[in-house]
Amino acid sequence: MTTMPKTDAKVGAVETDRPPALVVSGVSHAFGDKKVLDDVSLTVERGAFVMLLGLNGAGKSTLFSLVTRLYDNVSGQIDICGYDVRRKPSQALQRLGVVFQSRTLDIDLTLLQNLKYHAALHGYSNRDAKRRAEQALDLVGLADRAGEKVRALSGGQVRRVEIARSMMHRPDLLLLDEPTVGLDLGSREGVIKIVRDLVAKERLGVLWATHLMDEVLRTDQVVILHKGVVLFNGGVPQLLTQTGAPNVREAFRALTGTQTSIDEAA
Amino acid sequence: MSTPAFSATAAATFDESSAMARSRLGVAGYFACFKGIVWREILRYLHQRERFLSALVRPLIWLFIFAAGFRQTLGVSIIPPYQTYVLYEEFIAPGLIAMILLFNAMQSSLSMVYDRETGTMRTLLVSPFPRSFLLLSKLLGGVSVALMQAFAFLFVAYWWGIEPPPITDIKLFTFFDAPSWAGTALPSMSDPIVNTLFSVPSFLQPAAGYIMVIPAIILAGLMLGALALLISSLIKQLENFAGVMNFVIFPMFFASSALYPLWRLREASTLLYEICRLNPFTYAVELIRFALYGQVDTISLAIVVACTALFLAAAVFAYNPSKGLIARRGGPGG
Repeated sequence: MTTMPKTDAKVGAVETDRPPALVVSGVSHAFGDKKVLDDVSLTVERGAFVMLLGLNGAGKSTLFSLVTRLYDNVSGQIDICGYDVRRKPSQALQRLGVVFQSRTLDIDLTLLQNLKYHAALHGYSNRDAKRRAEQALDLVGLADRAGEKVRALSGGQVRRVEIARSMMHRPDLLLLDEPTVGLDLGSREGVIKIVRDLVAKERLGVLWATHLMDEVLRTDQVVILHKGVVLFNGGVPQLLTQTGAPNVREAFRALTGTQTSIDEAA
Repeated sequence: MSTPAFSATAAATFDESSAMARSRLGVAGYFACFKGIVWREILRYLHQRERFLSALVRPLIWLFIFAAGFRQTLGVSIIPPYQTYVLYEEFIAPGLIAMILLFNAMQSSLSMVYDRETGTMRTLLVSPFPRSFLLLSKLLGGVSVALMQAFAFLFVAYWWGIEPPPITDIKLFTFFDAPSWAGTALPSMSDPIVNTLFSVPSFLQPAAGYIMVIPAIILAGLMLGALALLISSLIKQLENFAGVMNFVIFPMFFASSALYPLWRLREASTLLYEICRLNPFTYAVELIRFALYGQVDTISLAIVVACTALFLAAAVFAYNPSKGLIARRGGPGG
């Protein structure tokens, strides 16, 4: 994986070998006696699109909670751009953007008011916040709706605003937790396209958690998480060769031993 | 659909050097973050008209109906800070301000549990600023809303003829009646100590009570907000909240000096009297009551400050990622 210098390199901070966007190494977590994650390791390089595949309850949300430092990892280490989330939480979180599965926007406020609030959470002054909000909305094709209330938007548009929200501070790592759940086909494709474009243009690392197999492209890196254990971590061709399956769906089924299709199960 | 790329000019303004990124976590960044959180609370409040109305109607019902009804049955004698006989309406006004603060605090606590379920709390907590700072900012946002509500109430009360008297001097008031269960361990003061701090310029005298009550409301609001924050971290689900309302709001409000002077309660039951004196809400009420009359009730002030610190520390602990209860419990839904 080559690390291409980002645009800020020209301002003087030339980084030749920058650490990956996300490194999760040997992370285990348990709630009481129930082990939710068992020795999970994965890496998201800058510019990589990593699909985290798993059924509901596989431990995806717990992994996201640990990376976003909702609670600390009990064992193992999580680094965002080389910053340990436990020891350097501010630096780590500053480089992280998240799209949560659940709704996070105030529906009674306008898009701009929502985004300005989230820019403030990252320390941007009012003027900066407004500019960044407008630019971020432009990024997801909703610039002309800035003054409207979130309530007036469709599900797919709300998702796009949330992607804009998570991109306002230009993170190096973007986490998305089941971002397409509940969206119709057209909106799903729109959301996926936006994020894939971002990966290509912004060289940011994306960890996309989903149970929808048809969202995987051949060029993606795939991590299969099942009952808290990483069963596979590698490219799609490797996954198909290893399992001898014709597609990702069959490969997933073969690896996890689940009878039902993952799409039906969810 | 089209997804416009960052144009060259947009990228230049949108991107930032690492030095700029670091500076976002400086003092200006903290201030911007604080302002953003407080402003969101106020905006949200202003967009919920029914919440504004219900917050205003609740204390007004107490004032117009309950207090008017009890005016004849409950005479309030001259006790500090009052220098003349006061109407019952005037007596319960500070208690009703405290009630506004209590309801507002519990309501924002409720919204925090709700936020946690929807994910709004999570977006707050992924901010790079320290979690204690984020929680304190959120708390102060709630207090700002409560302050607006309290003044809306005081405004209506003013037209009803209930207003603090003009204040010529700001005084320190200290009176401590040691609880009976403490035996002789705690010294008791038989007479209140009153010290004049400074005199108020004449043009400010009519408004001095309204000005003095602002810091009292903020402090009392912080204490109740911190308590609500702690409660929000202890509740796992929204459904459990109704019970908490019953077990927290009503006992706190009724077992306090909000509706009746404590000496009258002592005549009825010494036990109840002691319970009321263990209730931090009593001191929030008294702090506000004395402030409206230009006096700083030192004992109440000390207790409110201490309770705020205690509740806040417990709430920050509860929201602490490694020690806190969220981690132990399995986190918020989703």
